[in-house]
Amino acid sequence: MSVTEPAATPGKAKDEPLLRVEELEVSFATEDGLVQAVDGVSFELKPGEVLAIVGESGSGKSVTAMTLMGLTRSPNARFGGGAHYQGTELIGASEEELRRVRGAEIAMVFQDPMTSLNPVHRIGDQIMEQIQEHEALPDQQARERTIELLERVGIPRARDRIDNYPFEFSGGMRQRVMIALALSCDPSILIADEPTTALDVTIQAQILHRIRELREETGAAVILVTHDLGVVADIADRIAVMYAGRIIEEGSLDQIFYDPQHPYTWGLLGSITRVDRARPERLPAIKGLPPSLANRPQGCHFRPRCPHEFSKCIEVPPLEARVKDQPDHRDRCWLSVDEKRERREVRPGEIGLPTKDEPEEAPAA
Amino acid sequence: MFRFTVRRLLNMIFVLWAVSVLTFLIFMVMPGGGDEQAALRIAGRNANEAQVQTVKREWGLDDPFYAQYADMMKKVFTGELISYVNQVNVREEIVRGIPRTASLVIGAGIIWLFFGVVFGVLSAIYAGRFTDRALNVLALIGISLPVFWVGLVLLYYLTDRIALFPPGGYTELGDDPVDWAYHLILPWFALSILFIGFYSRVLRSNVLDISNEDYVRTARAKGLSERRILIRHTLRNALIPIVTLFGLDFGAALGGGAILTESIFGLQGVGQYASDSIGRLDLPPIMGVVLYGAFFIVLLNAIVDILYAYLDPRIRLQ
Repeated sequence: MSVTEPAATPGKAKDEPLLRVEELEVSFATEDGLVQAVDGVSFELKPGEVLAIVGESGSGKSVTAMTLMGLTRSPNARFGGGAHYQGTELIGASEEELRRVRGAEIAMVFQDPMTSLNPVHRIGDQIMEQIQEHEALPDQQARERTIELLERVGIPRARDRIDNYPFEFSGGMRQRVMIALALSCDPSILIADEPTTALDVTIQAQILHRIRELREETGAAVILVTHDLGVVADIADRIAVMYAGRIIEEGSLDQIFYDPQHPYTWGLLGSITRVDRARPERLPAIKGLPPSLANRPQGCHFRPRCPHEFSKCIEVPPLEARVKDQPDHRDRCWLSVDEKRERREVRPGEIGLPTKDEPEEAPAA
Repeated sequence: MFRFTVRRLLNMIFVLWAVSVLTFLIFMVMPGGGDEQAALRIAGRNANEAQVQTVKREWGLDDPFYAQYADMMKKVFTGELISYVNQVNVREEIVRGIPRTASLVIGAGIIWLFFGVVFGVLSAIYAGRFTDRALNVLALIGISLPVFWVGLVLLYYLTDRIALFPPGGYTELGDDPVDWAYHLILPWFALSILFIGFYSRVLRSNVLDISNEDYVRTARAKGLSERRILIRHTLRNALIPIVTLFGLDFGAALGGGAILTESIFGLQGVGQYASDSIGRLDLPPIMGVVLYGAFFIVLLNAIVDILYAYLDPRIRLQ
């Protein structure tokens, strides 16, 4: 397999999902009781698609991503549901089966590039180690491929830098190394878990730009886990918004940004700063705190913070398509679509979350 | 590397000098020490006042203390240091003791490093389970048992009650390797037991700490086998502190620190020589042994630093 050739999915149609996650459940037994980190998460990932999983800290987005690779397995973790990747059931897979998928089929870029590389090994060795784990390649060829990969992610003088140690790189450069590592076996899915959170803003933009370019070159599907809607707007095709372990809304980039259905999504969108508008005194924030995963509210998890709560909300709203003619736009809110559109005061890309007791002031134009 | 070597050498010379001065001063001021007492010891129990005066003059013991110190240092370098008590040459005694001490300490060092690492890794792999708990209990027992007690119990049961091993003594390795090992098995065991317990506990916690590092998760995400993750990623980092520990403990024991083990098993090594000389307040051998010991500790320290720079590329020698 050459690294420049797009990863094809043999014998499958283009819109056949590469990955199908169904009713995924992850819980951890802790001293404070059972923590339900992921609660019935379902989504599909098509070849070449960028799916962003968005949510606050503790919403279960990272756990979802890591569970796909079996990285959350531990004696006190319990799993339910499934994740099918091209004939492999990832959740119940043996370590042996998972090892063949990890790195080769599904690769991951982690949040903190400063700690994600082993400090005592040269970066080239760390990349070659993965290549040679999955492909019987002689050292010289693995090394050449590594140099090529480092060049592709934008590391200057890759031929010299391949023998450097991680501490000789800056954070942004290390994240590029991580991306090169992840792409080294031409995976069909790249999971990026907050890949830019630990980096400063200019570097963030470069890294995102790289990920987008590489996606176009390799055809790999990307799952981008982030809390940053600005990042999402840059590169995502589809967005899944998570709250307290559940996906509460899922749709295309435009659907989520221009026709958001769930009050939590409204709140998230309302808290984005915009450089093209007058700056508000304070950024609007969603009142209250996310619930503890060990002790979640009954029914809709957002209910205690939601200004639009009503009697029905005590029941768990199913994740289903509610907007007419948009079967791929799903959400978990009992309000009718008309009520939602009326209450959220739609202006394209500028959506606040009015509260019950203090109605939102008219935004400065 | 050159600058590092020069700096370490200067450092070493300074430490040895400071150690020699301290040893000398402590002897001069301590009860039972000082040049008067030394002269009495040289002259012997039945000497009269005139004989003591002669000894003082001949041995330079009525010189000012700094002159005495200079004289002693000169003798250290020329190898003319002679015991006050039995007039035996100190260097010859130390040279006679080195192969004995080295046989004990190198053998024990290999044993304690090997079992310390094996038990530590097993404990970490089976953390919280039976193997870990059992090893934990054993390690605590090993750490708590005093060497002299273990030595005596071993001697009593395995040489006296059942004549399984020789009751101490030493055979040259060159003369009879089997008998050499036969004589050393019990001392090796007695000296290792504390270190095995200690090293396995330290390594266990290091391995568990490193297992939680992000880069170990990265290694797992790469699809590596658990064995490769353990060896190349976890242990490779977890063993770095063990290198320090081993360097210091090994240097101290080689420098005559295994006093109890050597004495109990009558190995007549450097440690036992140190212990005998201290018991007799015999300054020249004490000085000789202390400098010999300090030399090894400082040397091993420098070796540890060099190894460190090799094991952890973030550390540079300068």
